[in-house]
Amino acid sequence: MTDHSGFRALFDPRGVVVAGASSHPGKFGFVALHNLLSQGYRGEVFATNREGGTILGVPTVPGIDDLPTGAVVDLVVVCTPAGANEDLLRACARRGIRAAFVTSAGYGEAGEAGRAAQESLVALADELGILLAGPNGQGVVSTPSALCAQIVAPYPPAGRIGVASQSGNFVSSFLNYACQTGVGISRAVSAGNAAAVTVPDFLDFYAHDDATAVSLAYVEGITDGRAFYDRVRAVTEHKPLVLLKGGATAGGQRAAASHTGALATDDRVFDGACRQAGITRAATVEEAFEAAASFATQPLPRGPRVAVITTAGGWGVVTADAITRSSLELVALPDDLRARIDTLLPPRWSRNNPIDLAGGETRDTIPQVLDIVASHPDVDSVIYLGLGIQANQGRMEEEGPFYPDHGLERIVAYHQRQDARFAAAAAEVSTATGKPILTATELAVADPANAGPRTVRETGRLCYAASNRAVQALEHMWQHARWRARHGLA
Amino acid sequence: MSTQSMTLSEAASKDLLRRHGVPFAPEHVAGTIEEAVAAARAVGLPAVLKLNGDRIAHKTERGLVRLGLATEGAVAAAADELLAAATPEDGPVSLLVAPMLRGTRELIAGLLTDPQFGPVVMLGVGGVLAEALGDVAFRLAPLDLDEARSLLDDLRLQSILGPFRGEPAVDRDAVAAVLVALAEVAAAEPGVVSVDLNPLIIVDGRPIAVDALVETTEVRS
Repeated sequence: MTDHSGFRALFDPRGVVVAGASSHPGKFGFVALHNLLSQGYRGEVFATNREGGTILGVPTVPGIDDLPTGAVVDLVVVCTPAGANEDLLRACARRGIRAAFVTSAGYGEAGEAGRAAQESLVALADELGILLAGPNGQGVVSTPSALCAQIVAPYPPAGRIGVASQSGNFVSSFLNYACQTGVGISRAVSAGNAAAVTVPDFLDFYAHDDATAVSLAYVEGITDGRAFYDRVRAVTEHKPLVLLKGGATAGGQRAAASHTGALATDDRVFDGACRQAGITRAATVEEAFEAAASFATQPLPRGPRVAVITTAGGWGVVTADAITRSSLELVALPDDLRARIDTLLPPRWSRNNPIDLAGGETRDTIPQVLDIVASHPDVDSVIYLGLGIQANQGRMEEEGPFYPDHGLERIVAYHQRQDARFAAAAAEVSTATGKPILTATELAVADPANAGPRTVRETGRLCYAASNRAVQALEHMWQHARWRARHGLA
Repeated sequence: MSTQSMTLSEAASKDLLRRHGVPFAPEHVAGTIEEAVAAARAVGLPAVLKLNGDRIAHKTERGLVRLGLATEGAVAAAADELLAAATPEDGPVSLLVAPMLRGTRELIAGLLTDPQFGPVVMLGVGGVLAEALGDVAFRLAPLDLDEARSLLDDLRLQSILGPFRGEPAVDRDAVAAVLVALAEVAAAEPGVVSVDLNPLIIVDGRPIAVDALVETTEVRS
């Protein structure tokens, strides 16, 4: 795919027409128009409806040919029945429309007649030079254009993750995580039946898309593994690709007489292909999202050596255990670094990695320790634990019967300011040193309004809900960094 | 695919693989008891004897492998028994005579034609527990040495690749070279459906294949 003009029309259309808009709020033809209008899309919006009339303030026209002269439309969102769609595409081509997202069902998923209709539609779109997404898909989202052309919620915050999925509901899952964590999305598309444009095609576009830093894909039912491998191998050379795969690959008989054949399960072979192609393969939806969110918001680690900074012992120990079980390395604290931390903390601090501050921190200690640890050449990345505990106590005081008296108002505000400072410092030091700093606390989900996790979100980064999840995400980043280095890629 | 395939004899399998650089122990083919004893003397005792033939795929299961034969008398007796154990269905048979290699670690390596991905190379922890452990990893052929090295990193039991029970660490590059050789077999021998190197014994840190099974779609002479 070298010509991306169809993808530009799909993701950054100058105008959109909803074909088959409905005045009935229970119909997809209504929902598509509603979602397009309600999320701030900046281009012009049109709609067709056979009976005419105005829907959600948009005066509809009976057909594409009736669109106002001079209307600039690049994308049609198709909500009409399958039988009407070939004539519709021809009319769209006459109006210069370059991309169609087809939500209509009744195609490849609907028996032999449906498959025939799908083939015919694909051939026609090809002949007309229209990029055909779907059919039977849930739609497309593109935050650079504030485009929400989908028949489902939600609309995510803007960010740098590009989503492509064979299951529309997984798009929604990833977008829900984006809304929850604040780590945003650039583009998202549900490939539906992927009749003409497949998930690898979208990934190829994302690889060349400046708005996208990392791709996040869900696939199932791969029919040609080698072809899939060749396509995505070209994607990962440009950008990380996080992949969640459902189900078994389409099977077939392997050589049965060999031990090798007996040991070669579909999943093991697929896993090997992913490692070879530099794909970050995730086992669960949340693991996939968090890996993608990490790639989107953190620099890649240059090595495996991790330092853990914690305000309490137990968290650090458990995190050290998780690091030890991974391919990451719990760095032995260099003498010069230990000596520098000695000057900042009372003698009871752990004096090793995990760096347990043991409650010895004063007003500025955490930002200072973060800075000198992350700046040390023997440290490749940092996991920071304990953010938000002061603000958490502050919340109890603020909600208790004694607030704001007894000096509580002042101390609560101070705690909140401090946790906000620590979160901001983690992001600033990471940017300044070019090293990942991952902040983990269960308060990210237990109390998202806490000044700590809230500020992490404001920095655009992910606040990991558990330290083991931070370790897992960091390990994915390290594996990919190592793959890039091995292949001489920047 | 498997219905049309055939297996090569162990000797023919090894000949094919040796040409592509798979390391094997020195080995002799013997037709008689006397030749077997002479071969054992040449490779050094203790020796291993196996019955060899195109249609013999699962020697261990049939008791057609005799290990640790320490004397020439033991070699002669084993040769006699193995030749007598051949059935008419086995077709032409011979004896393979090899030195008894000592190594506490065994890997398994192989090549197979995956219906989705075509030729793929495998490395795993070998020995009798290979299938129970399932500690294996795959790469698509073709494969360079760098990629082959990364395959070793994928095994879960990394500890057995380090220094182990008085033996030195596994020479990772030597194992990687075996994997590259298997990938080269896939490229150079399109009729090959699968290859088993089981086990790949680690002797003084270096991998040596002591058994090989090549499955092919082509009839070879």
